[in-house]
Amino acid sequence: MTIKEIQNEIIDEFSMFDDWMQRYEYIIELGKSMPLIKEEYKTDNNLIKGCQSKVWLQGEQTDDKIVFTADSDAILTKGIIAILIRTFSNQKAKDILEADTAFIDEIGLKEHLSATRANGLVSMIKNIKMYALAFNAKNN
Amino acid sequence: MLDIQKIRAEFPILSQTVNGKPLVYFDNGATSQKPQIVIDAIAKYYQEINANIHRGVHTLSQLATDAYEISRSKVQHHINAKFAHEVLFTSGTTHGINLVTNGFASILKPGDEVIVSSLEHHSNIVPWQMLCEKTGAVLRVIPMNEDGELIMEAYEALLSEKTKVVTVNHISNALGIINPVKYMIEKAHAVGAAVLIDGAQAVPHLKPDVQDLDCDFYAFSGHKMCGPTGTGILYGKEAWLNKLPPYQGGGEMIKEVTFEKTTYADLPHKFEAGTPNIAGGIVLGTAIDYLNSVGFENIQKQEEELLAHATKSLLEIEGLKIYGTGKNKASVVSFNIDGIHPYDIGSIIDKLGIAVRTGHHCAQPIMNFFCIPGTIRASFSFYNTKEEIDLMVEAVKKAKTMLS
Repeated sequence: MTIKEIQNEIIDEFSMFDDWMQRYEYIIELGKSMPLIKEEYKTDNNLIKGCQSKVWLQGEQTDDKIVFTADSDAILTKGIIAILIRTFSNQKAKDILEADTAFIDEIGLKEHLSATRANGLVSMIKNIKMYALAFNAKNN
Repeated sequence: MLDIQKIRAEFPILSQTVNGKPLVYFDNGATSQKPQIVIDAIAKYYQEINANIHRGVHTLSQLATDAYEISRSKVQHHINAKFAHEVLFTSGTTHGINLVTNGFASILKPGDEVIVSSLEHHSNIVPWQMLCEKTGAVLRVIPMNEDGELIMEAYEALLSEKTKVVTVNHISNALGIINPVKYMIEKAHAVGAAVLIDGAQAVPHLKPDVQDLDCDFYAFSGHKMCGPTGTGILYGKEAWLNKLPPYQGGGEMIKEVTFEKTTYADLPHKFEAGTPNIAGGIVLGTAIDYLNSVGFENIQKQEEELLAHATKSLLEIEGLKIYGTGKNKASVVSFNIDGIHPYDIGSIIDKLGIAVRTGHHCAQPIMNFFCIPGTIRASFSFYNTKEEIDLMVEAVKKAKTMLS
C-alpha cells in the first residue's frame, strides 16, 4: 500500500470513534502492542530527547525500502509512533520524502505533533525524513 | 476570610472553558493569571500617558516618568529596600540573574568558588556556569535530601574563604520547598560571600523583606505575581550595584559620552540602558497593589489550605508519590504515579480541562536526583478552590485507569 492509502485507512479507523477518550484509548492500546525497538538500537545516537518524553528511532534499508522501529518512554507518544511507523516504515525513500503528516490533524491528534508539546515526535518525523534523504542520496 | 468567588470574578480568563470543560488553572508556577485591574492598567497607559521616560520635557513624558518611578518606589516599599535606586527594572528573573553574573565576570578570579543549590531552576544554574567558564571560578553544589530539602551541614562544609557568591532560590519551582535563605545568607556573609536569592517562585506567595534577609541581590519576575510578562525586578544593595559594571551600554545609562570616554549614570539608570518596558514596569506596580489589597496573610492562608487538601486527596490514589515532602512548602505539589509517564497523565487531564505542568520544570538535576523523567506539577494560587482540586484528583484517577 502507498503511504496515502495507509493514511486514509487510519483516518477511516479513527472515524469510528465518537470522542477523544476512545481515540486515546486506542492510541494507548497501540502503544502497548507496538513491537519494541531492539535493545541494541536504544542508543544515545538513536535517542531524540524531547522536553517531555524520549523517543528512540532506528532506520534500516532492506532492498529498496526503509524499515523503521521506534520506542518511547511515554505510552501516548509510543501509540502515535506506532501510527507513524505504520505509515512510513517499509516505504521507498522517495515516497517518504514526498509524504506529509496532515492526516494526524484529521484523526484529532494534532496537539501531539505541535512543537510546544516537546514530546520528541516533531523531531522524530524530521529524523524519518533525514533517513529517507540519506538513503535516497546513497541510492542515486 | 477571602471571598474566593468575588476574587475569581476579577480574573476574566478563569471563567472560560478548555476542551469543553471549565478551566482549572494549576500552572501558576509557570505564570499567574491577571486580574482585570492589571489588564485595564495596560490599556490605560497606552490610552492616556504613553511617552518615553526620563527624556522629554513635555507633559506626557513627565507623566509616564512619574508613573514609572512611582512604581519603582512601590516595589521598594513592597520588598523593604533601603533606597528606590536599589530597585532595578528588568525583563524578568533570568535577566536579573544574568545582570549579576555578567558583573561578577570582572570580580571573580580562577580558583574562586560559586555555590549553587541542587534545587535551582536552569536559569539560576546556567548563567553561573557561564561565569565560571569565563573566569576560571569553580561551581560547587549544595546537595539535597530525599525530601527535597537542602542539606545545611553540607552547605556549611562547602563555605570557605574561596566562596565569593552563593545563589539559591527562595522557593523551589519544581518541588515548592521553601529554603532557609535567611540562615544561608548569614552563613555566606560570615565567609565574606555575596548572596543572590532567586525569588521568582516566592513573590506570588510572600512579601520578601530584603533588609531583614540581608541578601545582596534578590531577583524576581512580574508575570508570576499577577503582573505583565516581560517585567521583573533585580534588587541589589547599593554598594554592590555601585561596584558591578553596567550590563548593557546604550541610552539612559550614561552621564556623559565622548568618543574618548563615557561616564555612567548613577543608580538605577546605570543598569537600565535603552527604552524599558514602560507599560510593564508601571503595571507591575498595579499588580503589587492588587496583591497587597488581597493581603499576603489571606493569600498564604488560602494557599496552605489548598496545599493540605491537594496533598491529602492525591495521596489517596494508590501508587502516587509526591516529590518534595519537606515540611516548609509553598502551594506546589509535584507528583508521579508508579509506572506511568507524567506526559501521559498531563495529556489526558488537559483533555479534562486541567492545566498542570509536566516535564522536568527546567530543573533537570532534581529529576536526575530522583531518577525520574519528570513530574506532574500542580501549583496553586489564592484564586484556586478545593473544588478545583477535587476535579483534578478525579481527572488523575481517570487518567490512571486509562493508562493502567
